Amino acid sequence: MRLSFAGRLGAVYAALIYLFLYLPIAILILYSFNKSKLNAVWTGFTVDWYLKLFHNSDVLEAMNTTLIVAAVSTLASTMIGTLAAVGMYRYHFRGKTALDAMLYLPIVIPEIVMGISMLAFFAQLKIPLGYLTLIAAHITFSVPFVVVVVKARLAGFDKSIEEAAMDLGATPWQTFVKVTLPVIAPGVIASALLAFTLSVDDVIISFFVAGPTSPTLPLKIFSMVKFGVSPEINALSTLMLMVTLLIVVIAERIRLRKS
Amino acid sequence: MKSSVTTSPVRTETPAALKPKRSRDYGRLWTIGPVVVWMGVLFLLPLLLVLAVSFFSRSTFGGIEPPLTANNYIRFFDPLYYKILWVSCVLAFTTTILCLFLGYPFAYVVARAPVHLRNLLLLLIIVPFWTNSLIRTYAWIVLLRTEGVINTVLKALGLIAEPLPMLYNEFAVLTGLVYTMLPFMVLPLYASIEKLDKAYLEAAADLGATSWQTFWRVTVPLTAPGIMAGSLLVFIPSLGLFFIPDLMGGSKAVLIGNLIKNQFLTARDWPFGSAASIILMALTLLFIGGYLAVTKDKEGKGLT
Amino acid sequence: MKKRWKRMMGIGLTVLGLAAAAGCGSPSASTPADGGGSPQAAGSPGGQAGAGLDAELNVFNWSEYLPESVIKKFEEKYGVKVNYTTFSSNEEMLAKVAAGGGIYDLTVASDYYIQPMVKQGMIEPFDLNNVPNFKNLLPEFVNKEFDPGNKYSIPYMGNTVSLAVNTEKIKTEIASYQDLWKPELKGQIVMVDDQRFILGMVLKSLGYSANDTDPAHLEQAKQKMIELMPNIKAFDSDSPKTLMINGEVNVAFVWGAEIALAQREVPTFQTILPKEGLMITMDNFVIPAGAKHKKTAEAFVNFLLDPAISAEIADSFPYINPNKEARTMIDRATLENIAIYPPAEEMNRVEGLQDIGDAAKLYDRIWSEVKSAQ
Repeated sequence: MRLSFAGRLGAVYAALIYLFLYLPIAILILYSFNKSKLNAVWTGFTVDWYLKLFHNSDVLEAMNTTLIVAAVSTLASTMIGTLAAVGMYRYHFRGKTALDAMLYLPIVIPEIVMGISMLAFFAQLKIPLGYLTLIAAHITFSVPFVVVVVKARLAGFDKSIEEAAMDLGATPWQTFVKVTLPVIAPGVIASALLAFTLSVDDVIISFFVAGPTSPTLPLKIFSMVKFGVSPEINALSTLMLMVTLLIVVIAERIRLRKS
Repeated sequence: MKSSVTTSPVRTETPAALKPKRSRDYGRLWTIGPVVVWMGVLFLLPLLLVLAVSFFSRSTFGGIEPPLTANNYIRFFDPLYYKILWVSCVLAFTTTILCLFLGYPFAYVVARAPVHLRNLLLLLIIVPFWTNSLIRTYAWIVLLRTEGVINTVLKALGLIAEPLPMLYNEFAVLTGLVYTMLPFMVLPLYASIEKLDKAYLEAAADLGATSWQTFWRVTVPLTAPGIMAGSLLVFIPSLGLFFIPDLMGGSKAVLIGNLIKNQFLTARDWPFGSAASIILMALTLLFIGGYLAVTKDKEGKGLT
Repeated sequence: MKKRWKRMMGIGLTVLGLAAAAGCGSPSASTPADGGGSPQAAGSPGGQAGAGLDAELNVFNWSEYLPESVIKKFEEKYGVKVNYTTFSSNEEMLAKVAAGGGIYDLTVASDYYIQPMVKQGMIEPFDLNNVPNFKNLLPEFVNKEFDPGNKYSIPYMGNTVSLAVNTEKIKTEIASYQDLWKPELKGQIVMVDDQRFILGMVLKSLGYSANDTDPAHLEQAKQKMIELMPNIKAFDSDSPKTLMINGEVNVAFVWGAEIALAQREVPTFQTILPKEGLMITMDNFVIPAGAKHKKTAEAFVNFLLDPAISAEIADSFPYINPNKEARTMIDRATLENIAIYPPAEEMNRVEGLQDIGDAAKLYDRIWSEVKSAQ
């Protein structure tokens, strides 16, 4: 494939940004082979942390919790948020501006305030802290991000297409699935990625709403800070990164072969 | 869905108000209903607790007690807290601008990449952020510190004689913030640039516009919703963020996020902490109000 | 309709309950006696296993404060399932204990948090008859002013904040807090990010108490602290040792345990006992009000005060261990490290932090002013 000069410049620029994004990741991977436990200076090569990781049931269990919570909350928040964005785009209703504005508040409210207020709320309703409260909280702080991203994608979307579909007898639901969704898909995917990212890394809100039996990986990691976060975590991150990239590449291959 | 039966044949340019009522109501119910119920119960109700606390007083032992008072709000109107808020706003604004300038060309390249590569490139942006933020920040510290990777490399190349002070200063704080917030800028930009119709650009070129003019007159206005969304998603969280400024800047400044955290953790002054949170939220609403006012002209007509 | 109103009221009350306004404090604190009937169960670890104890125990402790092996031993010995979770600041603990409504049976609080918790009815008294190993504790750690007679709290472990200097890099003499202001230390110091300890240090350097609440003295401390800012490279409460190890700083005002850990990698870091005297904080076991397994909690505390067990904890986590019997089993190198165990004459004049009541507001304001001064 031949690229124009501008195209080549763009490719170089993108490569530089990817370098910026992956520079600390390279260090993270490197330090998973570091002998020192303290994550501060390089003292020698070892694969011990990988071996130790496989015997650390606490960390593996926490990762399991994290992935379950992230998957469920991403799915739910993407659905709620996408529907909301579509509804707010398509319909006019009383209180729309208020709803619009209200959806930005969870983004700005300091996490500790959100965490403590949710804890008080759950305690009052006698909802035991655990998976349920954790997932509910994660959905709550993810929804606004989804709404904002999908709405940006919808802006300028030609409504007459939707109307044409409905004129031809499609129900609003059919219109949504067959017409709207394909158009906004890149926005939905982008927002789901953001929601997942927010969930797998949340510490403060999770601390307040997690029960005695459901610590997430970030909570586990933050509890290690004083005596040095074990390089087992680097090892775990490295493995997760590798698995993710592997899945992506395989999926891409399959797609390419199909087409 | 049953409602399809009621679809009326009268159509096309008819204002929404004339559309069959039931179908529209169902649509509204199913799209707006979930978000209203969910956020109403799980966000607004707990928020009311915060609002209530902000009107109480701190008891000697760090609890809350009557009398009800507005003192916590009055207390905030003080040059010291103005200054803290101002510094936080400047930092968040700088982060947003840097993210926008770094992120826009990047999102543009990714969105214009061959179709079969786009999803892969998109995923590659976000994957680094699925690792733990604490570990990632430590990695930055390894890179930036006095005897760190970057200084060592620059020294070996003979580019510098003395190590550059790159950690525990503003440079470090901005690097950390831009790094963390970049995906929040790039993803909405991507979603909005991706749908840009090439025909517009070609039309502009046909009409004799230079590529620079095309960019400013066509591309930027058409992707404005993405720019606004990205800027909000970077600016608003940056305002309350203190974890990265603390770790990479050495906690030498108090940001509004620190101030609120301190009220809950060290001073145990929940009423003042709650009041400061409410003020921060009010300020955000002001920004959003401005945003809505600006964008309303553009999409407002399409909404009725 | 009425019900809904009631519920809303209830939610409002939680807020109050959370902060424990006087009215709804001390819920079930009136039933401490019901576990006192059969003290034999909680006897020394050698007593009949599991007698009279509940099947599970919910413990809430500081992170990195108790080795897993010790919990396992307790579980095996008494057949009790221990649900162990952690927090990383007193207030996090306070918030969760207050809202949790009896989900925790045992937690740990710093000394200056004990009085506020008692006053707000958040903790229940211990039955010391169930904790015979209490006798193992050194006299200087029990019966303190924040809890006379150890009615509500039993000391667990403690930590001082000390000075450390990398003598290889810093040639100027540092013997007191006052020396930190020397201009040649520009950008050389790391400190805990803790307003009480830092303002306490400045107050002590001025000759006042670390618990001083006199506004005039605090104003003086504020000005002096602002002058110190150019010398400070970073504040870090979580892992200041990292900066010490990777050569970013050569002077530290941090937790003793952090100094000890840094010394393992950089032996030239020397502990300095400042002329003005050290500050200390002790962590204490407390029983949250409404705990469902109080007697089991007491048995657990008793188990941890057993000399061999206590020494095992001290091995993993090098803090000040107040257990006299255990100290005979702790390795010499640790006991002789003055960063962890300051000499007796220092311990006699050490100052503990106390709850300062409303002055907390003033401290916080000063802290914000210091950090916003540049």
